[in-house]
Amino acid sequence: MFDLTGKSALVTGASGGIGASIARALHAQGAAVALSGTRVAPLEALAAELGERAFVVPGNLSEAAATEQLFKDAEAALGKIDILVNNAGLTRDQIGMRLKDEDWQSVIDVNLTAAFRLSRAAMRGMMKRRWGRIVNITSVVGVTGNPGQANYAASKAGLIGMSKSLAAELASRNITVNCVAPGFITTAMTDALNDEQKQKLLPAIPAGRMGQPDEIAAGVVYLASEEAAYVTGQTLHINGGMAMI
Amino acid sequence: MSDIAERVKKIVVDHLGVEESKVVENASFIDDLGADSLDTVELVMAFEEEFGVEIPDDAAEKILSVKDAIDFIKANAAA
Repeated sequence: MFDLTGKSALVTGASGGIGASIARALHAQGAAVALSGTRVAPLEALAAELGERAFVVPGNLSEAAATEQLFKDAEAALGKIDILVNNAGLTRDQIGMRLKDEDWQSVIDVNLTAAFRLSRAAMRGMMKRRWGRIVNITSVVGVTGNPGQANYAASKAGLIGMSKSLAAELASRNITVNCVAPGFITTAMTDALNDEQKQKLLPAIPAGRMGQPDEIAAGVVYLASEEAAYVTGQTLHINGGMAMI
Repeated sequence: MSDIAERVKKIVVDHLGVEESKVVENASFIDDLGADSLDTVELVMAFEEEFGVEIPDDAAEKILSVKDAIDFIKANAAA
């Protein structure tokens, strides 16, 4: 099950904890992967670790032209893109009253607008080949909200609405569009939380622990697989039970 | 020139799975030939490939009938 031999995947944010884990998992199922991110050194290290079928395509998702170029580079490296994983994301946390326009905009640009641009670019080939998987990494806070994250939560909620719309448009062409919504996962992003914050969080998670990146990657592999052909427009919550929605 | 018309009609027949007799020049893809909006995007992609032309989005939006497609390609294709 979940064999991805012969498929090609572009993973954004592959220099981060969850992105790298997703790239490893897709690669382990047989897919060729293009690894995108802003920091080249970790991407090169990951590509070296994976060996064959792994390519580095750095790119800056905050600009339209660079985002389109990134897609072209990935397509040139892989030949085609069957699976697009929009995982790249950043946070600029601040309570709403103090949240600056630029910190609102930069989060929306990278987390939401770039995901749309890459999806639009990917659809063309997917439509021609009558096969495609787009998996957008959203967040539990996109559904529940979170103080200090109006920008981040809006971008993640936006991904869910975008995914449902594209899913409805593309379903007849055997292209699925879904989201994976991680809860609190052990990554650099959550390492920024202090111990006190973590101690408050844990009692709200029925599983009693934070999640691991490979637990997110497993969900992505499923949604990218042939076996998930009838699943579209959905959000798969992977959060240890902290929000049952 | 009529060759272009024949090639356009063949693409429409193949893509939309409609009777060749229905694919007349003034037939609208959506109103007469049962295409949906995604079909029209795919038709434009197929025209681009067949005739080696790039059809920008603003031009693509105006290609609504068989005749629109033939006229655009006659005006823009090298072949």
